[in-house]
Amino acid sequence: MLDSVIFYFFAGVAVISAALMITRSNAIHSAVFLITTLLATAGIFLQLRAEFLFIAQIILYVGGIMVLFVFVIMLVRLDVPLPRIRSPWGKLVAVFVAAAVAGEAGFILWLARKIPGQGLLAPLPAPSAKLAPNTEEFAKGLFGAYLLPFEIASVLLLVAMVGAVVMAKKRTDTP
Amino acid sequence: MNSALHGVLAFVQTWWVELLCAVLIVAVVPLIAGYIVLVERKVMADMQARLGPMRVGPHGLLQPIADAVKLLIKEDLIPTNADQFIFWFAPVLSMTVALTSMGAVAFGPWFQVARDINIGLLFVVGISALGPLGIVLGGWASNNHYSIIGAMRSTAQLVSYETTAGFAIVSGLLFAGTLKVSAIVEAQHADRVWYVFLAPVGFITYLIASIAETNRAPFDIPEAESELVAGYMTEYSGFRWSLYFLGEYANMIVVGSIGVTLFLGGWLRPFPNVPWLGWLDALPTLFFVASGVFCVSRAGKQPVRVQQLLMWAVAAICFAVALIFMLAGPYEVQPLHRIYAGLYGAFWFLLKVGAYIYVFMWLRFTLPRFRFDQLMRLGWHILIPLALVNVIAVGVAMALSSGLGMNRWLAMILTTGGTLLVGMLLIRWNDKHAAAASASRLAASSEVEDSYAG
Repeated sequence: MLDSVIFYFFAGVAVISAALMITRSNAIHSAVFLITTLLATAGIFLQLRAEFLFIAQIILYVGGIMVLFVFVIMLVRLDVPLPRIRSPWGKLVAVFVAAAVAGEAGFILWLARKIPGQGLLAPLPAPSAKLAPNTEEFAKGLFGAYLLPFEIASVLLLVAMVGAVVMAKKRTDTP
Repeated sequence: MNSALHGVLAFVQTWWVELLCAVLIVAVVPLIAGYIVLVERKVMADMQARLGPMRVGPHGLLQPIADAVKLLIKEDLIPTNADQFIFWFAPVLSMTVALTSMGAVAFGPWFQVARDINIGLLFVVGISALGPLGIVLGGWASNNHYSIIGAMRSTAQLVSYETTAGFAIVSGLLFAGTLKVSAIVEAQHADRVWYVFLAPVGFITYLIASIAETNRAPFDIPEAESELVAGYMTEYSGFRWSLYFLGEYANMIVVGSIGVTLFLGGWLRPFPNVPWLGWLDALPTLFFVASGVFCVSRAGKQPVRVQQLLMWAVAAICFAVALIFMLAGPYEVQPLHRIYAGLYGAFWFLLKVGAYIYVFMWLRFTLPRFRFDQLMRLGWHILIPLALVNVIAVGVAMALSSGLGMNRWLAMILTTGGTLLVGMLLIRWNDKHAAAASASRLAASSEVEDSYAG
């Protein structure tokens, strides 16, 4: 009972603020609703006992990326309204994509109707017993079984960062 | 409907300790924040050879309450051109973030809201990483140049120093081997040492970074009064302003609690393993009895009836706490002893946090404000490399002591010496770099002048 209430609260907040995010014309308002969406998703992670994922989502997306987003948006002149793009094709494509996504979601729900506890209105209750401390499990996986992919990813990120610094650096003509 | 009521009842029955702690934190932290302001004014007055607030209550003890009442009845202004929604939202966010991150702080053995989460300290750090959002949004929504400059400075500063704080925390966590807040304190009890002695460089870097994260002098450029009026808070007044203010002081308590938990032994009393210092256990009782007696002795001399009543109330609370300490300390009567353990832990914890915040105040009235480029250079060129090297050094020290069986203190001294050497090299290199940069700037400007002259 309580599990359902919490889940539908977070899910509702996530969906409604996602909708608000794409309909606001003010970029900062959109950013605020995006933050709400990310926080609500983090809440769902927490309900699924994925504590590390919850805090990683908050630190990286909300505390890091969104702060930078807001920082950049602040520097843009917002009082000049953007020109609205109106083309007949845009609407057609939008309708098509929306129909495809809705169809997919409906198909998944239709497939899941037979599995007990997976129907439309009754999500599986979160595991009530204590799980293994999943931060430790996460670290063991990352630095044990998947060490090589992890290191490759970090080297890739480092290269991207160095590249960004080099590209952003002011070029001086004098040698 | 009945089942929903039963659900709520069952929820309360299961979680009543946590709920009680949450209510206590939300109710008491603003009060503590108010008293930190009073202590700050008193410390400032002492350092400048003045008396500070003396009028309301003995030695100004009731000043924070008078200030709070004044702030609540002040006019609440919203500028016409401000963004109404975000102007309302930003201070609320600031305050909520500060109070939420206190949810995982362990004030005592059971005195903690989220006891079982194994991300513990990461929760505190992660939630308080949302703090900059409140500042940035508030500064932007005010639609004022001073506010927006303050907000931008503050974001740049917070983002830079969060990295240093993160690495400093990692260097302490390596010793504890867990993220769970209570387990970190227990680990220091088991290791018979506070981690500040094992990772001194980590503690110092964390201290500097935490001053920068709370936007306090000498890192207070986001609200530099002499340059920016009040930075991002310029347009705020009344209750909204006090929310920002409370958020800022609650944030000081949060960074203080992280530092105390990780480096200064959390709720443990100093030297918990030394038996002949057992008389320290009586200190909290004595403290509460003494402050109760002080309040009673001064209550009759207060000029206003409300002040007298308040003093009597404070005295009654002090005596009640002292009574719990005296009754429950020696005898292990279960419910009372549990309350005693929590309050006893909270006493030492808050004492340590107070000492930590006292260092903040001391630095504030001693050092002049940094310039923005100096701040960035300190953060990126010195503190972040130093914190990184320190993490490696702590790892090496742990490998030496547990892998090769070297004495723990010898390994610690060797690696700390290495870290300090790297730090000195960094400072030297940075000084040279800065001198060269300013020389080239001088040369460039003289060239420009020459071209105009010619």
